[in-house]
Amino acid sequence: MSQSHIEVNNLTMAYGPMVVQRDLNFTINRGDIFVIMGGSGCGKSTLMKHLIGLNRPAQGEVLFAGKSLWHIDEQERRNLLRRFGITYQAGALLSSLTLGENVALPLQQFTPLKPSEIDDLVRYKLALVGLEPYQHFMPSEISGGMRKRAALARAIALDPEVLFFDEPSAGLDPISARLLDDLILELRDSLGATIVIVTHELASIFAIGDNSVFLDPETKTQLATGDPKQLLASCELPQIQRFLTRGERQAPTGSITS
Amino acid sequence: MSEQSRKLVVSTTADQTEARLSLLGDWRIDDGLLNGEQLRQQLAPAPSWQRLVVDGDQLGRWDSSLMSMLRELRNLCQELNVELELASLPQGVLRLMQLADSYPTRNTDKSTKPKLSLFERIGKNVQSSLRNLDYILDFLGHLTMALVRLVKGQARYRSEDVRLFLQDAGPGSFKIVALISLLVGVILAFVGAVQLRQFGAEIYVASLVGLGMGREMGAMMTAIIMAGRTGAAYAAQIGSMQVNEEVDALKTMGLSDVEFLVLPRVTAMLIMLPLLTIFSIAMGILGGALVSSLMLDIGWLLYIKQMSDTVALYHYAIGLAKSILFALVIVMSGCIHGLNCGRSATAVGKATTLAVVHAIVAIIVVDSVVTILLTVLGL
Repeated sequence: MSQSHIEVNNLTMAYGPMVVQRDLNFTINRGDIFVIMGGSGCGKSTLMKHLIGLNRPAQGEVLFAGKSLWHIDEQERRNLLRRFGITYQAGALLSSLTLGENVALPLQQFTPLKPSEIDDLVRYKLALVGLEPYQHFMPSEISGGMRKRAALARAIALDPEVLFFDEPSAGLDPISARLLDDLILELRDSLGATIVIVTHELASIFAIGDNSVFLDPETKTQLATGDPKQLLASCELPQIQRFLTRGERQAPTGSITS
Repeated sequence: MSEQSRKLVVSTTADQTEARLSLLGDWRIDDGLLNGEQLRQQLAPAPSWQRLVVDGDQLGRWDSSLMSMLRELRNLCQELNVELELASLPQGVLRLMQLADSYPTRNTDKSTKPKLSLFERIGKNVQSSLRNLDYILDFLGHLTMALVRLVKGQARYRSEDVRLFLQDAGPGSFKIVALISLLVGVILAFVGAVQLRQFGAEIYVASLVGLGMGREMGAMMTAIIMAGRTGAAYAAQIGSMQVNEEVDALKTMGLSDVEFLVLPRVTAMLIMLPLLTIFSIAMGILGGALVSSLMLDIGWLLYIKQMSDTVALYHYAIGLAKSILFALVIVMSGCIHGLNCGRSATAVGKATTLAVVHAIVAIIVVDSVVTILLTVLGL
């Protein structure tokens, strides 16, 4: 039986008076590759910001290993956050530091390692994403896809328990996107991390996702949660069928045989 | 096909219930659009119609100008309850009409924003000022905590950053501070000389320059230069980090934005601004000395002696103390605007401008308050 890692209870997200999504309830288990999916503008990235404690829930709560990020003191909160690894949409590498320094930053700040040890680790993490030769490049000197991979190297610097990806394959060519998917699977299996991905790339969703939540921009709430392959096979909601089949199944056909 | 200018021809049936609108010629966007007003004039008798058939058989080339007219026409017909028949138009036109109508209209808050009354606007302004004040106090609290942690050696930042900011704020600003301060000293001496010469009291130019530079102008001019030079840079740096999600990345790495981004800048400024102020005072005095010796025939030694006899040391101390306050004001204005920056390129520009403007206003206000307080205290 898998153990729950992140629990979302009755979460309502809002920017001021504008509600983005309401009444979200789902559980992310340890070792899941959890996909947050939904059409553009439905609040996927906002949900991720709630999961990682950047935005405060308007109502309800997000529990990480049973604790809410908003009901603990600053020190404990930072310790919790340290167990997250996050790659942002555009990488969000510190533009004033080289790739190596970016990856080294969390290691310098949170471990007692010596500079030479940190350097070894940095080269190892960069090697994992195939960027070891670029250690001394600035983020502005490499391509967008490389920046994403470098951000991933930084995210796994402290061997996190949960890895978050905001649209990892957006703007990548199909082969790089596939390689990134493989890398994510590999990291889950080898690190034993829980992985949360915001994406609407169907290929990735079916290739690696084993749990998901579907957000709907019209009703402003979640329509379903579960394994995306199961959803495709057995969920009868028209919005979900349309989304998961690229709009090919317009009307629900009562019973769908796969 | 020859170019033909566009034309609308309206013909009606005998009983006036049905009309035919023929579209002739080329509809090109280069000829401008037919606006709603013109269309209404053409269709003035429309109210009596029940049906309007658009005939496109003699239509030449067409582009968006035709589409825009047709959408206008459709709205007009809906308004007047006239049935509109478009079937004889080219396929492309019909498909484009359909495409533009196929998206559900969503009521976004932006398009239906109600106009606010004067009181509502005042209320909203007050609310937002209170929120800003709240934010500033919050920021001050965080900064104080960060400084405490810095003293305890627990703060997390890159010492490399402090070095870079020290380099930039100090030696990097040397030349401009030197030039401006020298000139301010020259100006003070000139202005003083013109007045004092009438009483044969030119010697007091030395006192004037010493007091003016030491107590007021040295600290203030340096602060204003640094607000424009370094405060603006801080807002732009942190603002573009905000746009790039770098600040989010830091926070979720478990690093505090105030400690990691603000603390090195505060430290650099608190060290460098007083040093620059001392340098500025010296340059101003040098400027005064140049004027005195070249124009007023007061020798350098006499100038210095007169200055040290009449301007007590505590005046310079007041100038220095003020520079510490100014340093805080500049860093806070730069960093607060940077951290509060919106997520676009225009927002970074706005943050930078506001950082400089607010810093300069605050410098002058702080200076006046300090001057009034010191006068009351008799210093």
